[in-house]
Amino acid sequence: MRLKTLIRIVQLGIKSLLLHKMRSGLTMLGIIFGVCSVIAMLAIGEGASYEAQEAIKKLGSSNIIIRSVKPPQEKSMSSAKRDYVNDYGLTYQDANSIRATIKNVDTVLPMRIIREEVRFNSIMFPVQVIGTHPIYPDMTGLEVVRGRFLTYTDERSRNNICVLTASLAEHLFPYENPVEQEVRMGADYFKVVGIVRETSIEKQRPQAGESEGATVDHNVYVPLSSAKARFGETIINRSAGSYQAEKVELHQITVRFTSTDAVQTAVPQIKTLLEKFHDTADYEVIVPIELLRQAEQTKRIFNIVLGSIAAISLIVGGIGIMNIMLATVTERTREIGIRRALGAKKHDIVTQFLVETVVLSIGGGLIGVVFGVVIPVIVSHLADMKTIVTPISVIIAFGISGAVGVVFGIYPASQAADLDPIEALRHE
Amino acid sequence: MANREIIRIEGLEKVYDMGEVRVKALHGVDLTIEEGSYVAIMGASGSGKSTLLNILGCLDRPTAGKYYLGGEDVASMDDDQLSAFRGRTLGFVFQSYNLIQQLSVIENIFVPLFYQGLDLSDREKHCEDLADLVGLGDRTDHRPKQLSGGQQQRVAIARSLVNDPLLILADEPTGNLDSKTGLEILDLFDRLNQQGKTMILVTHGDEVAERAQRVVHMKDGVIDREDVKRAPVKVDNSKKLELTG
Repeated sequence: MRLKTLIRIVQLGIKSLLLHKMRSGLTMLGIIFGVCSVIAMLAIGEGASYEAQEAIKKLGSSNIIIRSVKPPQEKSMSSAKRDYVNDYGLTYQDANSIRATIKNVDTVLPMRIIREEVRFNSIMFPVQVIGTHPIYPDMTGLEVVRGRFLTYTDERSRNNICVLTASLAEHLFPYENPVEQEVRMGADYFKVVGIVRETSIEKQRPQAGESEGATVDHNVYVPLSSAKARFGETIINRSAGSYQAEKVELHQITVRFTSTDAVQTAVPQIKTLLEKFHDTADYEVIVPIELLRQAEQTKRIFNIVLGSIAAISLIVGGIGIMNIMLATVTERTREIGIRRALGAKKHDIVTQFLVETVVLSIGGGLIGVVFGVVIPVIVSHLADMKTIVTPISVIIAFGISGAVGVVFGIYPASQAADLDPIEALRHE
Repeated sequence: MANREIIRIEGLEKVYDMGEVRVKALHGVDLTIEEGSYVAIMGASGSGKSTLLNILGCLDRPTAGKYYLGGEDVASMDDDQLSAFRGRTLGFVFQSYNLIQQLSVIENIFVPLFYQGLDLSDREKHCEDLADLVGLGDRTDHRPKQLSGGQQQRVAIARSLVNDPLLILADEPTGNLDSKTGLEILDLFDRLNQQGKTMILVTHGDEVAERAQRVVHMKDGVIDREDVKRAPVKVDNSKKLELTG
């Protein structure tokens, strides 16, 4: 068929549809909702899984993270020592053993996390004091925005220095330059040597003391040796007349391997190693690459579910179109008869009605695409969620809407073409 | 010299198979019509005149017998060939005008050419001329709903002329019109015939049949009798259609 003729037929189809604007609009709604929901849902899902995957990627695909976990209460109570000091978790020995015995280990990063209060003049904030090694920013993507991070000299000499997060620095030093100022934590003063900006993963780190009380947003980084020297290894929580003490040497050990492949073989080895030194399960092993695989798996399932919902809504839309087109064929029987008498072949009639359904579904598809692209933008503004409209979802949704028009248009169109011209002309 | 023959029907039979009952609507009709004829087919309901018209109009195929239109064997054509043939060689005028509501006057006139694969922009002048010819040159943008019955029938007549047909078939063309408008339409037919157009008209009305050059009376599926009042007009195909005056 020539392009000009096709354009004429499409114009004719639009004209016929415009004759019943309300009806055509309502018929399109099904497709509009279908296409819009496919794109919007996929965009929101894509955004959510992107954030999750980014978070996991920041943990490092070649890393294993081992965290101290407070063992269940009754177990520790039944243990022989009832000295009120809950002694659990990872030790310096664990870190050393891993470094010494596991193959392909690149770096071992130990970490202590202590709840403290940081004071400057009269300003006080609850913070997490993180005692760690100078390689910490390399492994976690921390960004130094002013001054410097910890050094090995600080570590060796147990310097009373600290690095503040940017948000904390703003609160503590609204007017002064924080670098070279001294802040008080516990009984000691620490000199501020740098400011860092945290990426989202830092916020997701579990809080010290197993999240007792409110979570703390602010972090202060100090050398691990200084943390041990100034705060000790026993942390005492006083609350409502009772007190509880915890002895934890290390809260977290991050092990970086030389390659991603090495992680797989090292996981069982590390688990075996830790089992030897720990009677109770007072630690957990987190393997980001496995989390990533799980996240991808979840995303795949999510996409299948979304796809099914979308398919159903588009089929419902298609049935709506077919329903209306069947009614239209009955209503326009006379017109079909006239056209047949004036020389239209069966396939001309099929084309005419098929074009109308396709115009309906593609028109609905286009409007749906517009809404589908706009709604995620609104959602991300209102709900502070990341949304990603992937071009492929737009193409798929739009393509399906066109296909729906063809599939559900064929039956009414063939009904129209099969009408006997004489009968059709006589139709009132 | 006699005009050339454009319709030849021999032993035409039509049987409608309604499941168990077989209804014989035409029992062997023989008819020849020359170019330039103005034939009125009359008859009571059930006389077979509608069936004959449908077959003449290539909308239906005979069960038996032969039908040649313009020298072509219509009885042997398949559905697509019949459609194309209708579009090329026939003009229809119906009782209830049968215009397409969503199209303008000019677009309605163009419809038969559209199905010949032509483009309106190429034939707009031709369609406008025809609208002028039937006296609707100033209403080419109107929709059928905006026109009176007589005007709509004029559009239908213009449409029936657009493909320069061998034959114009009119089925009770004045049936839905008041007598004055009906006369105007019949005058238009007269003038078309005088210009050499071959017309076949199915009607109940004697005053309509009076104008025809030849009246065919149908009864019980056969031609009962024929009145030939005068010879068909001389046809000069070189002349352009003019209806003024």
